[in-house]
Amino acid sequence: MAEITLSSLAHTYATNPASPEDYAIRKMDHVWHQGGAYALLGPSGCGKSTMLNIISGLLQPSEGDVIFDSRIVNDLSPEERNIAQVFQFPVIYDTMTVFENLAFPLRNIKTPEHKIAPRVHEVADILELTPVLKRKAKNLNADEKQKVSMGRGLVRDDVSAILFDEPLTVIDPQLKWKLRRKLKQIHEQFNITMIYVTHDQLEASTFAEKIAVMYEGKMVQFGSPRELFERPAHTFVGFFIGSPGMNFLDVTINNSGAQYGDIDIPISNHQHAIAKASESDNIKVGIRPEFVHVWDDRNEEAFEVQIKDMEDLGTYRIMSFYFGDSLMRARLHEDQRVPQKKAYVSFPEQWLTLYIDEYRVEAGNE
Amino acid sequence: MSKVKNNKAWLLVLPMLVLVSFSAIIPLMTVVNYSLQDILGNSAFFVGTEWFEKTLNDPRFQSALLRQFGFSFTILAIQIPLGIGIALLMPKKGWQASAVLILITLPLLVPWSVVGSMWQIFTRGDIGLMGHGIRELGYTYSITSNATDAWITIILMDVWHWTPLIALLCYSGLRSIPEAYYQAARIDRASKWAVFRYIQLPKLTNVLVIGVLLRFMHSFMIYAEPFVLTGGGPGSSTTFLSQSLTTMAIAQQDLGPSAAFSIIYFLIILAVSYVFYIGIMNMQKEKATKNGDA
Amino acid sequence: MSLTLENVSKTVDGEAWISDVDLTLEPGSFNVLLGRTLAGKTTLMRLMAGLEKPTRGRILMNGVDVTGVSVRDRNLSMVYQQFINYPAHTVYDNIASPLRLARMSKKVIDERVRETAKMLHLESMLNRYPLELSGGQQQRTAMARALVKDADLILFDEPLVNLDYKLREEFREELRELFKTKNCIAVYATTEPNEALALGGNTAVLHEGRLLQYGRTPEVYHQPKDILTAEMFSEPPINVVPGLVTESEVTFDETVHFKLNADLQSLTPGRYQFGVRASHIGLVPHADDDLELPMNVDLAEISGSETFLHVRSDKLELVLHLSGVHEYDVDEQIKVYFPTHKIYAFDMDGSAVHVPTRMGGV
Repeated sequence: MAEITLSSLAHTYATNPASPEDYAIRKMDHVWHQGGAYALLGPSGCGKSTMLNIISGLLQPSEGDVIFDSRIVNDLSPEERNIAQVFQFPVIYDTMTVFENLAFPLRNIKTPEHKIAPRVHEVADILELTPVLKRKAKNLNADEKQKVSMGRGLVRDDVSAILFDEPLTVIDPQLKWKLRRKLKQIHEQFNITMIYVTHDQLEASTFAEKIAVMYEGKMVQFGSPRELFERPAHTFVGFFIGSPGMNFLDVTINNSGAQYGDIDIPISNHQHAIAKASESDNIKVGIRPEFVHVWDDRNEEAFEVQIKDMEDLGTYRIMSFYFGDSLMRARLHEDQRVPQKKAYVSFPEQWLTLYIDEYRVEAGNE
Repeated sequence: MSKVKNNKAWLLVLPMLVLVSFSAIIPLMTVVNYSLQDILGNSAFFVGTEWFEKTLNDPRFQSALLRQFGFSFTILAIQIPLGIGIALLMPKKGWQASAVLILITLPLLVPWSVVGSMWQIFTRGDIGLMGHGIRELGYTYSITSNATDAWITIILMDVWHWTPLIALLCYSGLRSIPEAYYQAARIDRASKWAVFRYIQLPKLTNVLVIGVLLRFMHSFMIYAEPFVLTGGGPGSSTTFLSQSLTTMAIAQQDLGPSAAFSIIYFLIILAVSYVFYIGIMNMQKEKATKNGDA
Repeated sequence: MSLTLENVSKTVDGEAWISDVDLTLEPGSFNVLLGRTLAGKTTLMRLMAGLEKPTRGRILMNGVDVTGVSVRDRNLSMVYQQFINYPAHTVYDNIASPLRLARMSKKVIDERVRETAKMLHLESMLNRYPLELSGGQQQRTAMARALVKDADLILFDEPLVNLDYKLREEFREELRELFKTKNCIAVYATTEPNEALALGGNTAVLHEGRLLQYGRTPEVYHQPKDILTAEMFSEPPINVVPGLVTESEVTFDETVHFKLNADLQSLTPGRYQFGVRASHIGLVPHADDDLELPMNVDLAEISGSETFLHVRSDKLELVLHLSGVHEYDVDEQIKVYFPTHKIYAFDMDGSAVHVPTRMGGV
């Protein structure tokens, strides 16, 4: 069990880095607490796999330290750090049975046989692999193989952390569901630090207590799924979390508030003050499709907008509409009245977020 | 998977078919013809399986066959593990990888009769590096008078000549193993031996099956190298099947028996290759049913 | 040009990869092939393309039998999961290649290539090589090459599977836009029900080589003909509860029962399998006659704005799809509300006998 601290960590693959763009991971400090379930979320190329490999020891960081429980481990290999890692595709020993696969790590450290069997059975039970223990590992299907991969990490009791690198990639969507649930149950049962890398926000939010969103080598937000959804700290988080992502409007600040073209957009006084004080010309407001209020009928408080598209997504609908020149989206509940051609929308102030230079401005009452 | 038939392709193949029938099928039929007849000058008597029986009971044939199997199995037993070992030691990237690859491949590029000549000179007691060197060390070494020396030298020559093939096949097989397997093994704290036994060796099976098949077939037909090196001697201690056959056919002009001999020779190789073929097909079938398609 | 598959089957080594598929695709339609891996989607597309010959049945284009015609003589293009481009050609040459093979004039080629590149946001990449581009851009190049030909049939075999989910969202939208104005037939294979819903058009649900249902996507989703289709086409999976219908009541496993309401009155008494969508079961009653069920919480999976709640009782296991964040402890006891007006009823063979009506139409 370990608390993992990243201190002034940065990494570049270039031999002579000249600018921040050359860095795969930009300078950062972070603590992963013991026993937590964490996700590293971001698009391809954001640096999350690099980060994972630095934590596990498969990669040495070019700058900074990796610290396990106050011990600097930069030079230690994954096995020396007691890290277990699960990869994108199942990694199993084809010629061994499932039982032998699970027993393998214990046999390598010369655990006595009578201690191995109960442990293997315990882990096989949790992963629902008991029926196939005697089968040759290569005859299993993809999700069973991936469970065996995971099982090998769980079977050792000196594991400091388990790292997952997009482990559900090869799994059938019907079964991804079950494995996600399994992972969560394992976490609750074993209480090991788990760090899960993915580009799928649903996977990350479902599994993790806290998510680190990475973008261009920076950790732009670290928070619970709820925080990421309701208060995204960076426009990228707003864009990346939620399907579809947040709506953004470029606004200008005048003396009374924010304006989009000649339409007034409601923001709090506190936000207004900060926006006015900053000299940036990159000011946006964001609102999530779930929070755009769509009225059944014409209303004084609502804007009349032209509807571009109405998608039926089974249990909800997505309405795309034009607000001035910008294309925005709103989410309608299945039973809500479906407007035709024109709709009436408003943006409740409590859900409007103000971003200056891509970073969020607090509303003042938090 | 069956492809949509395009009959125009047959036209392109026609010239090759004609060529093959001239150079292979017609001569083959001739041989079959000879093997069933006794030919003396212009007269031919049909003798059925007499030549086959005679050949199979001929002690010279039997001893040559035994020697041949002995030779093939010995070199397989040496070259396969040695080839795997070399492949494991070869560097994986950088200029060293290319350099080593070239060095390893060199023996394969030498024409086979030249290989024989090279080793013949190499092992001579008077001017050969190895031959003279061994004599200097105090051992009596002569491939022309000592059967054991002759055998060891032939085996050594073949190992030098052909192990690189196995090494190259295994090297490419090893390259195709994803890095994640090695990483997982490190995390599982597997020893180097366990990594070899549980990851590398299983992944090499496909490649090794091809390697063993190629080496068996080729060593079973070996002619130029031992002929140039020892001429089959001393006595007949290194006379393998191919040499035995050519002696019979050309030197002794025994067309009937040599035709039968050729066909028996051909059938043995065919039988062994067929066994391998079934094995490979089964392995591929297993893979296909597991991966399937979407 | 329309595409018809008539009683098409494909058997390989005794295994039926495709069985008795009858399907007609209209020109200008966007068709999704939905099914699990190994359901037969790729095989079906290869049959449509002419890369494989069916063991039985015919394939007709515009009424003309093309079953034996080789793929080279058919006017179609295909986009694969792996981003397949000619590595030694620039993006421009990649996109131009089918037009050059068709011996079009340089001027026309240039126009069409630039037009297609613009549609797929590749205008600034025309001089680069595919391997220098990101995954998304490589797949755009492959798609541009498929689209520039203006083929009658374009096939997509899970093309977005290797891209991250945000890129997938973007692509899906672009594809929808692109195909609105085209007159060709598009066929798109995927394993994800949500992708089928997002793409719209028509959906064909495949399972173990059989075609379960084909129709407009919202229709197939809301009005599945059988239980398999309902299960294949829902994420999270539809809850299935076996039950018994008597003269006046519906009973679930002898413990829970409610009065037969107007919707279900047409069911003859007997055993049925009832389906309820995860998003229709709630934590508060929506209608007066919602059924209250005491359950234990197995697990609460929380996503940014939604919660998937797994609950169980002695006899039932259900999944709820709730909006908002709901945190629960394991084994916590709660009450869930089961809507009696939104139940699907399937008979024991699996055919749908009752489908709930939907407000706002389908």
